[in-house]
Amino acid sequence: MSSRTAIQRPATPAGRTASALDERLTISAPLRRTLNKVFPDHWSFLLGEIALYSFIILLLTGTYLTFFFDASMQEIVYDGSYAPLRGIEMSRAYATSLDISFDVRGGLLIRQIHHWAALLFVASIVVHLMRTFFTGAFRKPREANWVIGVGLLVLALLEGVFGYSLTDDLLSGTGLRIINAIFLSIPVVGSWLSFAIFGGEFPGTVIIGRFYILHVLLIPGILLALIAVHLLLVVKNKHTQYPGPGRTEDNVVGKRMFPVFAAKSTGFFMVVFGITAALGGLVQINPIWLYGPYDPSQVSAGSQPDWYIGFLDGSTRLFPAWDLYIFGYNIPPLFWPTIVLPGLLFTLLGLYPFIEAKLTKDRAHHNLLQRPRDVPVRTAIGAMALAFYTVLWISGGNDLIADKFDISLNVMTWIGRIGLILAPPIAYWIAYRVCLGLQLHDREVLEHGVETGIIRRLPHGEFIEVHQPLGPVDAHGHGSLQYGGAPVPKRMNHIGGMGRAIKGFFTPLEEPPARPVTSEEEKQAELTGSGRPKDPEA
Amino acid sequence: MSREDLVTLGGKMDGVEVIYSEQPVRPGSPAERRAERQVAAAFAGAGLSALAFMVIFVAWPWQVETPGGGYDLSALYTPLLGLMMGLALTLVGVGVVLWAKKLMPYEVTVQDRHEGASPEIERQTTAATLVAVGNATGIARRTLVKRSLGFGGLMLGLMAVFPLGGLIKKPGTALFETPWEPGMRLLTLGGLPIRPADMRPGALQTVFPPVEGGARSSDGVAMLIRLLPNQVDEFRPRPGQEDFHWNDFVAYSKICTHAGCPVSLYEQETARILCPCHQSQFVATDGARSIFGPATRSLPQLAVEVDADGYFVAKSDFIEPIGPAFWERST
Repeated sequence: MSSRTAIQRPATPAGRTASALDERLTISAPLRRTLNKVFPDHWSFLLGEIALYSFIILLLTGTYLTFFFDASMQEIVYDGSYAPLRGIEMSRAYATSLDISFDVRGGLLIRQIHHWAALLFVASIVVHLMRTFFTGAFRKPREANWVIGVGLLVLALLEGVFGYSLTDDLLSGTGLRIINAIFLSIPVVGSWLSFAIFGGEFPGTVIIGRFYILHVLLIPGILLALIAVHLLLVVKNKHTQYPGPGRTEDNVVGKRMFPVFAAKSTGFFMVVFGITAALGGLVQINPIWLYGPYDPSQVSAGSQPDWYIGFLDGSTRLFPAWDLYIFGYNIPPLFWPTIVLPGLLFTLLGLYPFIEAKLTKDRAHHNLLQRPRDVPVRTAIGAMALAFYTVLWISGGNDLIADKFDISLNVMTWIGRIGLILAPPIAYWIAYRVCLGLQLHDREVLEHGVETGIIRRLPHGEFIEVHQPLGPVDAHGHGSLQYGGAPVPKRMNHIGGMGRAIKGFFTPLEEPPARPVTSEEEKQAELTGSGRPKDPEA
Repeated sequence: MSREDLVTLGGKMDGVEVIYSEQPVRPGSPAERRAERQVAAAFAGAGLSALAFMVIFVAWPWQVETPGGGYDLSALYTPLLGLMMGLALTLVGVGVVLWAKKLMPYEVTVQDRHEGASPEIERQTTAATLVAVGNATGIARRTLVKRSLGFGGLMLGLMAVFPLGGLIKKPGTALFETPWEPGMRLLTLGGLPIRPADMRPGALQTVFPPVEGGARSSDGVAMLIRLLPNQVDEFRPRPGQEDFHWNDFVAYSKICTHAGCPVSLYEQETARILCPCHQSQFVATDGARSIFGPATRSLPQLAVEVDADGYFVAKSDFIEPIGPAFWERST
């Protein structure tokens, strides 16, 4: 074909390389499409990116840690650099964790970066999930990606638990003890399951090795695969966008992937990595050498899991002492707050898009996001869930709160129990009312204009505030703009009505320019009762 | 065609249109040179920080030198490494972001979305092809093949799971027993037997069975408590366990009946035992009954007495399973 013979030979080496690649891969069109792909721009779209970046940090630092860590429960006598523990019997897992902290150059830094990145990973997933929820980004056609996201969250929690259980110090061993009790509490199969997982009666000699392979291979592998699908679906469906000028359901308004978007994302990754690295060096996390080796007969007061398991610790603390016996068989109280509750919570979370679609009968495609205020019921449901979660989470540290604030421990437990029932409906009501209030205010500003802060006295003595209409006004001075789902400017500086900000951080560095009163403004002295310029025709 | 025209044409082919584009700073202006200097400073700072990281990594005293703690230069090793690594990475990020914001064009670009159902022609042809593929295999007609395939697939799926059966261990009576046997002496963590005179009223001693690895026993560990004189009268043993205590000494399992943490905190005056994990509380003078928190069952009591040599011994194993509850554990 003539088009094949008419290929131009590029003059530069780079061009020749590109040409050679294209001759073999026919990559021009897909490459151009990638370069040209448009991404919408909003700070809240960066939350998921933080999760992705902390996962990359976890892979890098985690791989490093495996060079030194030995997931063995074989008992040895510690003989490392940390003098207070020398001569003490401990597992090889704990001893090698200490070695990473004291006898590997830079090992403590990497270990702490790994731990901080894990905390950040789950935190950013949770905040990203909240953004997705409150803006309705999970609606058709993105339900599948929501479900994958919830799966990623659950896997991230498990991955974290397996990770912090590996060091075999007193704190992590206590966690393992509770995990064992949770398995034991499962009806019918509990004791068999626990014996299968722990290789016999707790603690056994295999659990750390088993958790290790889950932590470094199986779960990261699944996470990696699911993250890839998660991102591919974002690319396939194109990103959602907030409503705004020129933005419709059928377009994406933003920046092309290259160079600006890619550059900003790369920079953002570096900043996230940098902050995590600084945290890893400057802020101590999980100082395992202070806890000592695991010993089933010991525990420290104020033992806490990492933050993301706190809500389950809280639910366990708050659950009443209800024992259930069925035909002489026992369902222990531990079963409900640690297996049933998270099972229900995550199932409901995963099914939420389908529940909402069913109830609202909304079958349409949605690429424009919603402001939380415009969907009061969903926002209130979210607030309710957050209130529930927050009470559980605070209760996970209720002993520390009781201690620091000198409150009775039992009172804290009861505050949690009652709060768990009262706080969600209150949060629902407040969120619902706030949404309606914000909606009303948006409409009011659209109708009556922005408050200018300028007070005028009318000839008959009445004081009114001058309002700046946002668009054309009708005969009554009412704005005719419709609400379009986008933020409504509510202050004069939002619409460029206040001029440039004065320079200076603490004190002004320059004189504000004197603003001459124009003859135009003189003429506007006559105003209506609601503070708008009186229409000369009316 | 010029390069700009080609870029526009490529955009059109991809449904992309740049509707607004602006250089944030005028080329050749002082503002542009300032932005350039800022970006360069960030990158150079990153390089210097990375260099500092490497120098510190190699040259700084890093091993804990003073035995038993104390601060020396090595205490700054990890913080300095983290600071330098953090600076290096953050400055690269700052440099790239400044570059993108200040030196690359600001643009507003619109791209069409093509989504929803595929065009009807695609749907029909694909559906027809799928059906044709199915028909070619004849899976719908060949019931025998279908059923045997279903059976084979199911069995193979189960077979794939079955090797996990190698994990299964029979719990047997392990959860119902601990190492304690009649006549076994109660040992301290240091392995010493205990006489009544060793403990003052109100004292608590964690005791272990005298077996191999007993001091790390996760089910045999118990608490020997000597009640205060005023608590002796209040003491109410559980029914059928009236002879489990010895004078003012009582022994309970140390493993919480809720989630298995050691119940480590003992308040002498109120005789309350608190589990620090989930705040279950037990009363030592009331058969270690659970009075608050999520635990439902009393801590099992270990029957103790004093042997001929004057040391505490167990009269038997615990008479009920210790620690967290499970399905087979009746009452």
